[in-house]
Amino acid sequence: MILETAAERRELMDRSRTVAMVGASPNPTRPSYFVFSYLRTRGKFEVTPINPATAEIDGVKSYPSLAAYAAEHGAPDIVDVFRKADDAPQVAREAIAAGAKAIWFQYGVINDEAIRLADDAGLAVVVDRCIKVESARFDGGLSLSGMNTGVLTAKRRVR
Amino acid sequence: MSDRAFGFRTRALHAGTPPDPETGARALPLHLSTAFVFDSTEHAAELFALRTYGNIYTRIGNPTVAAFEEKLASLEGGIGGLATASGLSAQLIAILTVAEAGDHLVASANLYGGTITQFSVTLRRMGIEATFVPGGDVDAIRAAIRPNTRAVFTETIGNPNGGVADIAAIADVAHASGVPLIVDNTFATPYLCRPIEHGADVVIHSATKFIGGHGTVLGGAIVESGRFPWGAGRHPLLSTPSPGYHGMNFAETFGEYAFLMRARAELLRDVGAAISPMNAWLLVQGLETLALRMPAHVANAQKVAEFLHGRDEVAWVSYAGLPDSEERERAARYLPLGAGAVFTFGLRGGRDAGRAFIEALQLWSHLANVGDAKSLVIHPASTTHQQLSDDELVAAGIGADTVRLSVGLEDVDDLVWDLERGLAAAAKVAAVRA
Ligand SMILES: Cc1ncc(COP(=O)(O)O)c(C=O)c1O
Repeated sequence: MILETAAERRELMDRSRTVAMVGASPNPTRPSYFVFSYLRTRGKFEVTPINPATAEIDGVKSYPSLAAYAAEHGAPDIVDVFRKADDAPQVAREAIAAGAKAIWFQYGVINDEAIRLADDAGLAVVVDRCIKVESARFDGGLSLSGMNTGVLTAKRRVR
Repeated sequence: MSDRAFGFRTRALHAGTPPDPETGARALPLHLSTAFVFDSTEHAAELFALRTYGNIYTRIGNPTVAAFEEKLASLEGGIGGLATASGLSAQLIAILTVAEAGDHLVASANLYGGTITQFSVTLRRMGIEATFVPGGDVDAIRAAIRPNTRAVFTETIGNPNGGVADIAAIADVAHASGVPLIVDNTFATPYLCRPIEHGADVVIHSATKFIGGHGTVLGGAIVESGRFPWGAGRHPLLSTPSPGYHGMNFAETFGEYAFLMRARAELLRDVGAAISPMNAWLLVQGLETLALRMPAHVANAQKVAEFLHGRDEVAWVSYAGLPDSEERERAARYLPLGAGAVFTFGLRGGRDAGRAFIEALQLWSHLANVGDAKSLVIHPASTTHQQLSDDELVAAGIGADTVRLSVGLEDVDDLVWDLERGLAAAAKVAAVRA
């Protein structure tokens, strides 16, 4: 199922605990490091880098593949994809094989085949969105940057 | 949470201003604090690197200011906003986010005089050149776009001559060349027109005017659509590593938020034109009632324009809401709820009649501003547009006889009563001269 609305993405994040980040980089200027670091320091998810080129990021062990991750931790709730769009179908196949419940394609990772593979296999699919931004949309972070979160409520947010 | 698409008035009251999570305060708290404490050294490092969201220092962001930004962005249908000290600093920051020395802009010639001067003098000195296109002519805009053009700029309703921009057509022409359209929506406000819905990419406001609505505070804002492909290569300032933020590639890192993130992290930081939280707080109060005030402004403006239109002392009235206006079709398309409340007219008898008219008025305030709840009057050629050359005045549609009105919220019969007194004084001068 392709998640089109902010509400659907929020539900996905609310029911998820583990995020395997394919293509997470230890280079602090890379977007994937931004997202990794944000999710880790906010303590929202248990985030794990999937990157054969690095042993760890900020002390968190990196796995060479989703299969290697799943062998130790079981199926990830979300596979977050920071790879070239052309590589996305292969990542989708590996995510399906690892039993992932959802696959999240970051900004610019748009590949119809990958979307179809994941959707057909029953994964929740998010395309061309940033999991950091979507998580900040509901925790007040995005509002602090003057961004339009679309959140209207007269209820007090629980901190 | 539901995905309901809330209406304009609901968003004006609720967007960006939920109850305060700390105290439960229902009104927006006024955070008059220059700086904000960090949770830890790690948190401080994450904030400075832009890897997490939060408050550092009010020149770059402030929770009260952010509430104004989000509310306005919601009303304009944008992805986010950025507030500044004034409308002119909003323009400067928007342009410097996409252009640098050696770059070029295409602008309508029907602009606020201060904007024309900002472009033709100050930006030119900084190495950014602007080509002004008379009448917002779409073909002329297409012809003026060069390989180094970084943006096209227009006002929704031109100040002061009232020309209505063909936003969709200009956006198409700009986009065909990979260039974004920036629209100054000050005169329309998001209540009367939402340029992003017609294809604009960036919206600018002098919030000083109708958004504040009471002639009390200066403020400006930028809203961005989140749709423009900043990473496509036409805007290297956004799509290549920036020395202003330790090699960050904003398009790659922030995707659809690239423009607003660079505008804040580099330009608001370095230009320093931050809005006071106090002013932002007052502008939020203004937005809450915008949808009540604008129809009243427009209704009074329509009646005043019709009154002047029927008078012999008046040579012409340039209000897009009049049935014989050349702007009528575009106004019907872009301003279906009314053509705003600022317009010009020409008095017979020229400059002397204009002077007698303004001096005879009792209720209309003679000052250089628009968008106050009180009615305002001015003679642009000798004031707001005084810095313009004769050619620029002609291109901007301003003559020696032009008087500009900003119609306020008084009882319209009183406004008309006062104008009648002014016209009588003007007629006396015109008769002596004749
Ligand atoms: C259409 C328009 N844009 C921009 C400005 C500049 O705004 P500010 O005075 O807030 O800098 C004005 C001010 O008169 C204006 O009328």
